[in-house]
Amino acid sequence: MELKEKLLSSFWGLDSSVEVAEHINDLRGDAIKVFEQYGFPSKKQEAWKYTSLNKIVNRDYVLEPKGDIAVDFNQVKKYFLHDLDSYAIVFIDGVYSAHLSQTTHDGMDICLLSAALTKPRFRAIIENYFNKAANSESMVSLNTAFASEGAFVYIPKHKSVEKPIQIIHFSTGNDSALLLQPRNLIIADENAHVQIIERYQSLSSHPVFTNVVTEIFGEKRSQIDYYKVQNDFEDASLIDHTFINQETESNCSVHTFSFGGKLIRNNLNFSQNGEHVESTLKGITIIGEKQHVDHSTLVNHNSPNCESHQDYKGIFGDQSTGVFNGRIIVDKLAQKTNAFQANNNILISDKATINTKPQLEIFADDVKCSHGCTVGQLDEDALFYMRTRGIPKKEAQALLTYAFANNVLETVKIPELKQRINKLIANKLGVNIGFNL
Amino acid sequence: MLKIKDLHASIDEKDILRGINLEIKAGEVHAIMGPNGSGKSTLASVIAGREDYEVTKGAIELSGQPLEELSAEERAHLGIFLSFQYPVEIPGVSVTNFIKTAINESRKGKGLEDMPANEMLKKIKEKSELLEIDRKFLSRSLNDGFSGGEKKRNEIFQMAMLEPKLAILDETDSGLDIDAMRIVADGVNTLKNADNAIVVITHYQRLLDYIVPDFVHVLYNGRIVKSGGKELALELEAKGYDWIKSDVTV
Repeated sequence: MELKEKLLSSFWGLDSSVEVAEHINDLRGDAIKVFEQYGFPSKKQEAWKYTSLNKIVNRDYVLEPKGDIAVDFNQVKKYFLHDLDSYAIVFIDGVYSAHLSQTTHDGMDICLLSAALTKPRFRAIIENYFNKAANSESMVSLNTAFASEGAFVYIPKHKSVEKPIQIIHFSTGNDSALLLQPRNLIIADENAHVQIIERYQSLSSHPVFTNVVTEIFGEKRSQIDYYKVQNDFEDASLIDHTFINQETESNCSVHTFSFGGKLIRNNLNFSQNGEHVESTLKGITIIGEKQHVDHSTLVNHNSPNCESHQDYKGIFGDQSTGVFNGRIIVDKLAQKTNAFQANNNILISDKATINTKPQLEIFADDVKCSHGCTVGQLDEDALFYMRTRGIPKKEAQALLTYAFANNVLETVKIPELKQRINKLIANKLGVNIGFNL
Repeated sequence: MLKIKDLHASIDEKDILRGINLEIKAGEVHAIMGPNGSGKSTLASVIAGREDYEVTKGAIELSGQPLEELSAEERAHLGIFLSFQYPVEIPGVSVTNFIKTAINESRKGKGLEDMPANEMLKKIKEKSELLEIDRKFLSRSLNDGFSGGEKKRNEIFQMAMLEPKLAILDETDSGLDIDAMRIVADGVNTLKNADNAIVVITHYQRLLDYIVPDFVHVLYNGRIVKSGGKELALELEAKGYDWIKSDVTV
């Protein structure tokens, strides 16, 4: 059976014994119809021109893993920032793992989406926010149809979460190939502050295909810093859809670090719905072999006096391929918009490819929008210069790469995370440099 | 220390060096002069190990060790230092981090442990004072936005830190005002001793007033066409290069 058919028939066989609000069931019913009509995206669609899902969707997946798989903390410790005091919401094959998690309901809610969807006291929040930022694109609809579990974070007004939250979705690969569809919902209410680190990680080399939707809401004057760490095994693929709705004077940053996996597609959509909103989108991609990373960003400037900053760096080796598709839409109401976008790439192999495409649609007349993309190689003169000072070629390349990517790391506010990213970069480049930039 | 024998080198199949013979002993200062395009910078790059150049004939050795098969970093570990005519700007890497990395990688290359932090600090302090380098300067990105003089001072600072056996100063005087030239020259003279050697590549005689050479060589068309003492530099300054050119049968 084709994957699409299998998903459709699985939907109608979903366990309906879990009580959720009627409107959620309606949403799911509508969503599966969208997926039924459009199916998996193909390269014929402009938005998927350079990213083919063929190899991923043309294989059989287990849709409902057995769950309940015991995973020892020591086995997965390295995927946590374990030197960091933090909250943690951890899933194994889509099932919540209580013993790896540290959740709370004390003055805020850091817990499970399933709890929020079913408990009456969350009903108003779910009605206000669930599926209100997500769009109805086919892959998003597919997730919405099956959405039942993931992280749920609600930070009430004026609350600053004192430590970061780690959201980690593990897949064990105990089933041969696994399809996971987590759904995360993050809400920072008025003047709330929160930092979140998110990771999808397989624990074996079995194929895993994750199609995740995360909705993030930043109410007035809220501050959200969201970090995505993507360094998965060679047969793990991730289609990520992250939607951020921001209200007046809110500030939200998303940093995406893509260092590994078979295919990664990051759809990152910002919607600025009040004045003086600030949005930051940054990323470092370092891949090799036949890996593929696609960043498709969209910033909707809907209100006046807002800013957006995008800065994506890519380093592509071997036969890897990259895509950057950065779309900025400035509504005619959004006067005094300041939108900046940069995408800089280095190809360190003749066979690596990057397709980069800025897309600005500006309907207001008093705005500042700039964009720039570059594709180049590591500077040969700089490499020779460093080598004449005794720095070996590999280390010199790494140092230049660090220097190239460095300004993306500057805005990472969690020192332990910054250090981890530095280490991951060094590992990725196969060097050990004795300092952090 | 350095022996160059009948060295031929080319880039993109174009011959640049056409038979260089040169011997430099420890404790000596050699100046290499010559008109533009004569091959001075190429010679420096070939000694330092730039891969763009192909050595088609001849040999280079440092203290008896043939260099042809060695990479630029391996040559640096043996004690060769090239001060660049145009030092490369590397935004995002500070002067301090760069020099620390260079020193520790060089030590690693020699099988030594990293230099202890306090020793490193002391050395940085001592050598930056020698070159009259400001502390703030050390935390700036390497050569990024530096003036010509700052770049050259930074080159000599790195030389002071790395303590090479053979230092090649490629047009270190270009872009320097008289004060910066004095600082650079004083730095170089302080570093000079009986165990190391210095090669000064320059167009003009003026740097040689400060760094006084034992030998002066004139490079023209890829060959050393004339060698002499320091008075040769003065003669070149007075007469220009034309008399050299007309002397040579090409």
